[in-house]
Amino acid sequence: MASISLKKLNKTYGALTVVHDIDLEIADKEFIILVGPSGCGKSTTLRMIAGLEEISGGELIIGGDVVNDVPSKDRDIAMVFQNYALYPHMTVYKNMAFGLQLRKASREVIDQKVQEAAKILDITHLLNRKPKALSGGQRQRVALGRAMVRNPEVFLLDEPLSNLDAKLRGTMRAEITKLHKRLNSTFIYVTHDQIEAMTMADRIVVMADGHIQQVDTPQNLYDRPINMFVAGFIGAPQMNMLPSKIEKRGEGYVAVFDGRVLPIPASFDKARIAPYEGKEVIVGIRPENFHELAPGDINPDNIAPFDAVVDLAEPMGSEIHLNITAGNKAMTVRVSPRFKAKTGETAKLVVDTTNMQLFDKETERSILY
Amino acid sequence: MANSTIAAGDTPIVTRRRKVVSRRRRRVQDALVAYSFIAPNFLGFAVFTLGPILFAFVLAFMHWDGSNAMTFAGLDNFWRLFEDKAFIAAFWNTIIYTVVSVPATLACALGLAILLNQKILGRDFFRTAMFFPYVASLVAVAVVWNMIFNPEMGPVNMLLYTLGLDPKDMPGWAADRHWAMVTVILFGVWKSMGYFMVIYLAGLQGINSELYEAADLDGANAWQKFLYVTVPQLGPTTFFVTVMLTIQSFKVFDQIYMITQGGPGTSTLVLVYHIYNEAFVSWDLGYSSMIALVLFFLVLGITVIQFRRQKED
Repeated sequence: MASISLKKLNKTYGALTVVHDIDLEIADKEFIILVGPSGCGKSTTLRMIAGLEEISGGELIIGGDVVNDVPSKDRDIAMVFQNYALYPHMTVYKNMAFGLQLRKASREVIDQKVQEAAKILDITHLLNRKPKALSGGQRQRVALGRAMVRNPEVFLLDEPLSNLDAKLRGTMRAEITKLHKRLNSTFIYVTHDQIEAMTMADRIVVMADGHIQQVDTPQNLYDRPINMFVAGFIGAPQMNMLPSKIEKRGEGYVAVFDGRVLPIPASFDKARIAPYEGKEVIVGIRPENFHELAPGDINPDNIAPFDAVVDLAEPMGSEIHLNITAGNKAMTVRVSPRFKAKTGETAKLVVDTTNMQLFDKETERSILY
Repeated sequence: MANSTIAAGDTPIVTRRRKVVSRRRRRVQDALVAYSFIAPNFLGFAVFTLGPILFAFVLAFMHWDGSNAMTFAGLDNFWRLFEDKAFIAAFWNTIIYTVVSVPATLACALGLAILLNQKILGRDFFRTAMFFPYVASLVAVAVVWNMIFNPEMGPVNMLLYTLGLDPKDMPGWAADRHWAMVTVILFGVWKSMGYFMVIYLAGLQGINSELYEAADLDGANAWQKFLYVTVPQLGPTTFFVTVMLTIQSFKVFDQIYMITQGGPGTSTLVLVYHIYNEAFVSWDLGYSSMIALVLFFLVLGITVIQFRRQKED
């Protein structure tokens, strides 16, 4: 059992607090990803779990025991470092065997475990090489292997893919996900890459400025962001944020952005919207909720026309990312590759408001959740 | 692509040759500029170092007292080495000095570097204090050293006395033929450990701290981290320190001159001191050059062996 609890965890350097009162429950065998921009405290949090940073305040509980003062080696954890931290003077085999040797495992046990891990990671042919003679991807596998041989309850991974090229990163993402299923242990993974977070995690912890912003499954984070930071951080291209005014129309409400009327779906909780009537809010609409206008598309419930000037078209092959301007606001929308747009001309688009987000302008928090 | 190939082929051969010539000229000019920068330093080196070295090679096969005419000696000076008891003593003393002082200095320098790489109170002060003997005037320091290790009233023997050591068994340090070598070795270690500590400090700071963290998670204790991370990571530094220390130890002279003058008897006579004696006390410049030649090949041989071993690693 390796459930992990962080209770009011703090990290301070003198007067500077880099992690503020983190509360987090991580279930046994869960794959959890801490994500956020540089300096948000995600790595520091991971390093506190690893025992590499002293905990300034709060409690860290692993498997039911408070381990604040337990040294790293006795926490039954293994870590994969961003720069791999392989021992340069040892062969791959020795790198992987080192932890077991220090724990006085027998030679047969060590050999069996190293060979087994090497086989899973497909690095058997590299066992006699030194790290210097390996490519980045191979080093990454060795670092994973070194963590695996000890069968730890918890794997900590600190930006393990950030030094790999884009293609290799894609492959390794899938492999780490498979590895998690196979090893059946708890994974805590730190990254600044929201794509890694979305594709791999059971749950994502979004952090900013040393605070947890939101903890949820990838899809829930995408569909129901709790504030503008999460809404902007998850999803690429970013969600478009449109300053709009809430107005009542008949039974329901609409948001008015630069003269364009955006219907608020009837399914939204009216009690939450009512206090904002006549006030400015921020409407969040994801790029994929814009489409090229087709006759008969308009629906007063959730589809409204949205004309905008095209600044730039970026063809991605499967789709086009259009940079457009509407009401002095630069936005990005995703349209089909057959969309004919000319720079400087007005494109006739529609917006689907079914999944729109509404944020309080002052607090930046979601009005809906 | 195809177009540019054709265009290159069309260039008249004459212009191409001119281009090659001008490029060669430019390279010669560049080289001349570089040599002109090296020249002042090289002139000094040639006059004061290279010339005398070459002259010593010639002198080793000559008889010369520095004032009368030089006469050819053939291998006379070489055969004399084997009959010269002082040379044989100096040879072995130099070996002993090196074999003891190199590992001792290395260990002290590394130990100090590790201690002073921690975040301890007064770290900068201690770093300076440890480096100080290296920059201090050797003459002044040797005088103080002689006082401290004075057999009758030096503080070291006073301390040993208060610790209960019988005055009969008290070491005589520089005045005692059994302790004189120990004294000069201690002095040598103390004098140069600060310098090599600085080199080790630089080496320690170059070690990636993630390696220690990885070792922490692998379950290594402080000693194991030292053994499996620090020592191998300091390999190149240790190599450099060993080579420098070995050469330095073979050339040891000043502290012997200041503390023991090679005595008592020949107990601290070393090669360079013997060279000095033969050259500037006995004025036998040919024979002293032969000893210098032996020292040269000794140092060369050991350096070559060390470099070979480093490459194998």
